[in-house]
Amino acid sequence: MINAVGRDIPDYLLVDGKEVYQGRFAKDGQVMKRDAPTCVMNEKPVADKLCASIREACEKCGAHDGMTISFHHAFRNGDYTASMVCKVLVEEMGIKDLRVAATSLGDAHNLLADYIEQGIIVQVQASGVRGRIGDAISHGKLKEPAIIRSHGGRPRAMMAGELHIDIAFLAAASSDKVGNASGNGGKNNCGSMGYAMPDSRYADKVVVITDTLAPFPNVPASIKCEDVDCVVVVDEIGDPKRIGTKEARVTQDPRDLMMAERAADIIAATPWFVDGFSYQTGAGGPSLAVTRFLEERMDAKEIKMGVAFGGITGNMCDLQDRGYVRKIVDTQDFDTKAIAHLHDCPDHVEMTVSDYANPASKGAYVNYLDYMILAALEVDTKFNVNVITGSDGVVRGAPGGHPDTAAGSKCCIIVTPLVRGRMPTICKDVTTVTTPGECIDVVVTDYGTAVNPARRDIIDCLDAAGIPHVSIEYLQEKAYSIVGEPDPLKWEDKVVAIVEARDGTILDVIRQIKPYTFD
Amino acid sequence: MAGKIHRPRPNKDRLRRTMMFMNAQRPGLIKDAYIYGCDSIMLDLEDAVAVNQKDAARFSLYHALTTVDYGDTEVIVRINGTDTEYWREDVRVCVAGGADGIRIPKCESAEQVKEVEAAVEEAEREFGVEVGWTLLMAALESPLGIMNAYEICTASDRMLGCAISGGDFRTSMRVQIEPDGIEINTARSMMLLAARAAGVQCLDTMYPNLDDEEGFRREVDLIVRMGFDGKSLINPKQIAYVHERLAPTPKQIAHSEKIVRSCREQADAGVGVYVVDGKMVDPPFFREAERIIELAKKCGVYHGDL
Repeated sequence: MINAVGRDIPDYLLVDGKEVYQGRFAKDGQVMKRDAPTCVMNEKPVADKLCASIREACEKCGAHDGMTISFHHAFRNGDYTASMVCKVLVEEMGIKDLRVAATSLGDAHNLLADYIEQGIIVQVQASGVRGRIGDAISHGKLKEPAIIRSHGGRPRAMMAGELHIDIAFLAAASSDKVGNASGNGGKNNCGSMGYAMPDSRYADKVVVITDTLAPFPNVPASIKCEDVDCVVVVDEIGDPKRIGTKEARVTQDPRDLMMAERAADIIAATPWFVDGFSYQTGAGGPSLAVTRFLEERMDAKEIKMGVAFGGITGNMCDLQDRGYVRKIVDTQDFDTKAIAHLHDCPDHVEMTVSDYANPASKGAYVNYLDYMILAALEVDTKFNVNVITGSDGVVRGAPGGHPDTAAGSKCCIIVTPLVRGRMPTICKDVTTVTTPGECIDVVVTDYGTAVNPARRDIIDCLDAAGIPHVSIEYLQEKAYSIVGEPDPLKWEDKVVAIVEARDGTILDVIRQIKPYTFD
Repeated sequence: MAGKIHRPRPNKDRLRRTMMFMNAQRPGLIKDAYIYGCDSIMLDLEDAVAVNQKDAARFSLYHALTTVDYGDTEVIVRINGTDTEYWREDVRVCVAGGADGIRIPKCESAEQVKEVEAAVEEAEREFGVEVGWTLLMAALESPLGIMNAYEICTASDRMLGCAISGGDFRTSMRVQIEPDGIEINTARSMMLLAARAAGVQCLDTMYPNLDDEEGFRREVDLIVRMGFDGKSLINPKQIAYVHERLAPTPKQIAHSEKIVRSCREQADAGVGVYVVDGKMVDPPFFREAERIIELAKKCGVYHGDL
């Protein structure tokens, strides 16, 4: 069945009430009953919830074949926990048919790729898949298609009962003996635990894993003892060098700076640029630089940013310290500066990813977002964006909050070079639709800016400000004139991953990649 | 042979607020240098290119000139000095590729200009390019070059203007770069006088300290007030400020509009000198007002109906 972004979704996937994508607000107003975890009562006084080992915690929580387990990615590429837990489940306990529902998976999880190839992990659900796991998925190694959801789509799926987690293994920088856990106060801090918090509320069993046992009560806590079944203390939960990297320097690349300045000009020319505006940016080179250029424009208009949210970098913290940002509301910290800043500054606070982006909530932060600055691997002439599959068709990216913020924001600006190496970024059809074009308002490239024709209001603002713009087709033709038109990728029939829209419908599917042959 | 790319006819009097230098040997750099919006790009075969890479740079240059559509951005090539063995081949490549103009480095005399002009004309005939198509400009890099500026600027009809090259000039004067520009102010002033007397454009040297934004802005402010037409640049991030400073301000535009309009009315009524906003206005004011409106149009900041 062809969906609202023109993708052909196989009928066999449309079972158990699963529908194809019907448009960005098609499910608005739909009534839903929230799912809840299955818990047992605890009345008796006890000393603590400490377990001597991960294995003991797994046994206490009733680990079994075919169960769904979850992890969070606040420890980023430094995460030891997911591999540590899977190793115990698989190699010590012989658990089979595991389903891994992580918030994101990456280079820290190559062991899981082995288990996928061995057929022990049979399914993956995540908001991002990178590294060897992505390769394994794209080569059809999973028994069931992976499900890729946005940051907001994942808690929605939990609330809707579509993703039910048996055991959540949640790494924490510090925890007390009863499971009051935090991203700070330990020897390996990650800052915000925004991604872990919904899992702690919706999983049947919750195991906190930490390397720093803090005195009771470890408050303020991100994960609360009322939601935690077991606490395990291990030697190290992560590699500090890969958890919080050093603060990224703002790019000096003239191309990035030019695009960033243009994006800042566009922001300054649109009506939401008023005192108290809300703003989010990705952590990539040009996106970070946009913030730098905004500073001068805020000065010129004598306004301040009301709130910055989403994933936070040290640059945003600097901006707040210099008085430009009233509040930072933080789902994830990208560098050591941001991690410390969350702990130290009262106007920089943690929020859950559900609060941030969940379309099944009563109104997530993204719905009140004025400006969103995003990157893209590909943008097509329908403004559809791909941030999941690479030019070889292999899963190697993360939708993250892309679809959520694009849908929620009043003005969503993609900043991307027109070509990367020999690949056109602006193309006729994206490999995989991650974010529907109807949510994308402006595309800024080094060769010109295109505004979605549906946003007549923004076009008028640009014209009034004398900011030149071109059609998206012009950019696509320019890109093809420079690097040529790429041959279509070759696919097998087998669907290896389902890309879910944030409302739970099917936005696109990713098929198994076929080795390239010259014919 | 210049083939696929159709270039607009080189225009001696076009806007040249910014001339960005790039190493002609680096295809990745020069393939789309026009996207930054400078008025001219200066593809360098001289100092940026090592002696044993001159030929490679010419190939890279020729390929760019014949395959990249630079659109309205002027493409000028800095050839090697006329005291080297490279410059004649450089000229042939520029002309064959269809460059808009050639920058003669270390220019000290009218004879040098004439020598290059002869080589250009020969190359134009060789490659079937319209004779006179290729413009010339002179880089004045020594006290002698400055002293001979007027003769240099008037040595050929192809001359679009002259530029001072600060690095070499300071070396020959035994001075360092100073915050207020005192060390080359005399040279700048003499060159300006010569260029204006010759009716050609006058362009300032590049500012070498890329990270010193404040120093760069100070230098731009200075040369704008002195009356330069533009400036050499070494990084795209320097473009915006020069364009901002060289564009007429809204106040200047409004005042000029008033003068042009009232002057036309007064002329119809047979009046010569009269007063606008408490200031006396006569024909020189009128010509300056017209120039400002023209410049505002070229800079894209004029939205009136004159």
